[in-house]
Amino acid sequence: MSDEKRTNPSPGELEARIESRGALTPRQRGQLPKIFWAEQDPAERVKNIREVPFAYTAVQARAEAVRCLSCKNEPCVTGCPVGVDVPGFLKLVAEGDFRGAIRLIKETNLLPAICGRVCPQESQCQENCMVAKVHKDLGFAVSVGKIEAFLADWEREVGGVELPEVGAPTGRRVAIIGAGPSGLTCAGDLRRFGHEAVVFEAFHKAGGVLVYGIPEFRLPKSIVQAEVDNLSKMGVRFEFDTIVGQTFTVDDLFEEGFDAVYVATGAGLPYFVNVPGEDLNGVYSANEYLTRANLMGAYRFPEEDTPVLRRDRVAVLGGGNVAMDAARSALRLGASKVYLVYRRSRAEMPARVEEVHHAEQEGVEFRMLCAPVEILGESDGWVRALKVQRCELGEPDDKGRRRPVPIEGAYEELPVEIVIEAIGNGPNPLIPKTTAGLTTTRHGTLVVDENTMMTTRKGVFAGGDIVAGASTVILAMGHGRKAAAAIDVYLRAEAPKSASAPQTFLT
Amino acid sequence: MFRILVKKPLGENVSLFEIEAPRVARRHRAGQFVMVRPHASSERIPLTIADVDRDAGTITLVVQAVGKTTIEMTEEFGEGDSFANVAGPLGNPTHIVIPGKPEDFRGTVACVAGGIGAAPMLPIARAFREAGHEVVTVLGARRKDLLVFEDRLGEASHELRVCTDDGSHGQKGFVTDALKNAIEDRRSRGGDIHLAIAIGPPLMMKFCSKTTEPYGVPTLVSLNTIMVDGTGMCGGCRVMVDGVARYVCVDGPEFDGHRVDFDGMMRRQAMYKPEEAASLARYREQKHTCRLEAPAAASEAEA
Repeated sequence: MSDEKRTNPSPGELEARIESRGALTPRQRGQLPKIFWAEQDPAERVKNIREVPFAYTAVQARAEAVRCLSCKNEPCVTGCPVGVDVPGFLKLVAEGDFRGAIRLIKETNLLPAICGRVCPQESQCQENCMVAKVHKDLGFAVSVGKIEAFLADWEREVGGVELPEVGAPTGRRVAIIGAGPSGLTCAGDLRRFGHEAVVFEAFHKAGGVLVYGIPEFRLPKSIVQAEVDNLSKMGVRFEFDTIVGQTFTVDDLFEEGFDAVYVATGAGLPYFVNVPGEDLNGVYSANEYLTRANLMGAYRFPEEDTPVLRRDRVAVLGGGNVAMDAARSALRLGASKVYLVYRRSRAEMPARVEEVHHAEQEGVEFRMLCAPVEILGESDGWVRALKVQRCELGEPDDKGRRRPVPIEGAYEELPVEIVIEAIGNGPNPLIPKTTAGLTTTRHGTLVVDENTMMTTRKGVFAGGDIVAGASTVILAMGHGRKAAAAIDVYLRAEAPKSASAPQTFLT
Repeated sequence: MFRILVKKPLGENVSLFEIEAPRVARRHRAGQFVMVRPHASSERIPLTIADVDRDAGTITLVVQAVGKTTIEMTEEFGEGDSFANVAGPLGNPTHIVIPGKPEDFRGTVACVAGGIGAAPMLPIARAFREAGHEVVTVLGARRKDLLVFEDRLGEASHELRVCTDDGSHGQKGFVTDALKNAIEDRRSRGGDIHLAIAIGPPLMMKFCSKTTEPYGVPTLVSLNTIMVDGTGMCGGCRVMVDGVARYVCVDGPEFDGHRVDFDGMMRRQAMYKPEEAASLARYREQKHTCRLEAPAAASEAEA
């Protein structure tokens, strides 16, 4: 939506709206102005790494929740991959019952502070919001994500977090491989069922893509850490520096007495476009660039030891959230010119609308319908330019997105010193390669039973990007939750092992 | 945390660390490496495992103090201290066979180690010897003080040829000369070098590969490039092999030396040179300030 359509009702108007909520007809509700949240000024925020949007105040959140029409057919619930009761929690928010609202969300979504910030709401809960239809503008849907984030922050900072109750110990042990959103969700739920949950993580920190990929300005790391700490309090154990498939195998885990395994190793392998010049100095995968900046703290180099190149002109290849994250990180790392080079047009860009909007506000220059053909270097082996070929849109491909067709002879050189490739990631092959009995698809993802998330090997479950390919945080969480429930059923049906096996490497 | 049980100097700027890492020790095979993050603000750096003691649950790393991280490891970490993170074992183990020959073929392997390349070479030399191959080791360095593991490699090999650039120990000359001599010796006696493995500085590996090429001796090199995660996630370690980008962490660390683009690799290795220099200078400066402050504090304590 355009910025000029944003209005800001006065605090008095907000109070009045909340007071009169019982008397409003659905028609009146639908026409109430949307409450817009404040944001850091674009020119200022590119100089820091703090979060861009400011949270709703309690009054703003309540006033915004009043706009919900409580539709009978609940298109928002249908649009949510985990089926959060959106009208239910919005009604509680409007009434000022934040505790009740956060409890209701947590029945289906364990990590609302994160989902409120990183879910693509415009293609999920907010996509078919009736209020947006009334305003004939998707940007005017009820701000489900922002209210969700407000509630989670309120709980953490004001109300106090209520940890889910841990079930009576069952004596069963589950190994979770990967401490990303899917693994974390699964581990939390397994504790609720009373099973032991041990999360094995390759890196030195928990969070997966939430800590290595998504930047601080979009998802503050203190929020992720708070969620991880909550899981620890629930008795989830974390084992870092463990690369399952290398440090030990899935078979080792069963031999060590684990009763089930949940594989949530994600899609961490970066794709490169495969054009000449990719071995030049200054060419990064977005994974490397973001991991250096976020997880390894290169924003703070030299206080932190890991460097990342800081240059004046940067090109980012791709049109997804990762591309936006890389482009906006480049600005914060001192670039004065950042091009975002995408083969298709804006309509086909898979990034969240808010990220595209923010990137544009911050001055990222979008080069739509441009395909990278070569990275050009200086004689010393450093990048000097990106050569692109302009495209036009042709017939739709098998996913229904119109295919870019290069225009003959229409080349252009963008003078840049860094090229960051954010064109997608593949599933991590380590577990499929080192575990007998797992079937993979031709894309390298694991084949699972849709209802139980069990792989083709008994007792081994899987979810998140290792099953779905590069997908979303919320879907990965949904898989974790579904798998935890199925693992619980599986463990209760299986006879317990005679005695716990000796632990030789898990001490 | 990964406790340092033994630390000792091995030569000029080279230290040996024996570290408690039972999971790594249990699974390690020759040729593999670990990612080490000494403390919470450190980089993650790849270090090839020189030795393991499975019963004690320890691994041995040999560290040459060249940059901020390795200098800090050498200067600031002692026995009883711990490294924050040691993850592994990573990479593919060395394939203990002669390329192009049947699995049961037993031949002669030349293990060419330059400088601290001697450390990662040790488990490889042992593995070939244990598998029944003849092991000829060529160990070289610029001068005597930079030679490490001469004794251990001597025990692991059937024949050890030592050389230094300046002649301060062993033969005067380069490892490439010694390698060439070894090949010609064997051939003149009706034998052969069936496989050469070179581990050391990139330039040394490049010239070892050039030396063996005209003789048609298959040559493996073990690469140590810049990495962040070591598990295939970042792609920072990529190196061109036969014109194709390969990841040292998951496709390597060993590659056919005749197909590696060493010049490209060395160029990429220098990518953060200014940042590395700045980081080191800052460390030196801070350490200097600490030293100036420390005696004052000490004399106060005495008083």
